[in-house]
Amino acid sequence: LIRSINDPEHPLTLEELNVVEQVRVKAMFAFRQVNDAESTVAVEFTPTIPHCSMATLIGLSIKVKLIRSLPERFKVDVHITPGTHASEHAVNKQLADKERVAAALENSHLLEVVNQCLSARS
Amino acid sequence: NLLATCSRDKSVWVWEVDEEEEYECVSVLNSHTQDVKHVVWHPNQELLASASYDDTVKLYHEEEDEWVCCATLEGHESTVWSVAFDRSGEVILSCLPGVACSGADPTWKCICNLSGFHTRTIYDVAWCHLTGALGTACGDDAIRVFEESSPTASQQPTFSLAAHVPRAHSQDVNCVAWNPREPGLLASCSDD
Repeated sequence: LIRSINDPEHPLTLEELNVVEQVRVKAMFAFRQVNDAESTVAVEFTPTIPHCSMATLIGLSIKVKLIRSLPERFKVDVHITPGTHASEHAVNKQLADKERVAAALENSHLLEVVNQCLSARS
Repeated sequence: NLLATCSRDKSVWVWEVDEEEEYECVSVLNSHTQDVKHVVWHPNQELLASASYDDTVKLYHEEEDEWVCCATLEGHESTVWSVAFDRSGEVILSCLPGVACSGADPTWKCICNLSGFHTRTIYDVAWCHLTGALGTACGDDAIRVFEESSPTASQQPTFSLAAHVPRAHSQDVNCVAWNPREPGLLASCSDD
């Protein structure tokens, strides 16, 4: 799932930048731990550089990808790997706020950027 | 007659309705630094409370014909999604995870903290003015009801969990409301 997300600042995929390495591991762990009763997925991602301004966008893309791919009952938690970003608290808080996420996705330009991030690399 | 509205634009608006049922905005309050999630009126005074993404609850009243922010309740460590007054208006319940503050104008202090019951964000709290019960709407799809277990100690109330419906809905519960006339009747709504 996560491999195909493109880092908008770099033409390579997130996986090739090693960002998704931890995400993939965490995602695999999260999937293994999810049972029908809990329906939760927790994903951590590591931004390319600690001050990367694209961290929110990357996190949002991951969240959108998971929400679109999983059944509706799943709670999707996406946050920055602790200690890897200067504004991780602010970014995590935004990603956790479903009203803010919904409002962001109502912005057609931002939605287009997210969809580009999620489209497979040609 | 007053109406209050709030928005993601960080503001709270107060409106007055006149005899012809025309609404006029009488104040725009920009006290919060982030999205305002909820506003609610005091049950019998012209006192307004708001809850915000900036982790605070603010109170407003009119001073010399102008609406001002008269108190800020801090201490939450994340977004306050909702706030409710009890029947007397002396106690405020805010969610995350359910801290009740009390006091007369202008000092409010935290008197009770209901932590450890909710596993995800609490989106709404409702205080039944008939029975004094508290209802909560949570992102773990559950609805919980709390009742005061020591009604005599009004300075340090304790609440206990009276009911817990784990799968009240199949997705996040966003709002709960008590029926104002029939005790024990609670309405809820959800992302489902």
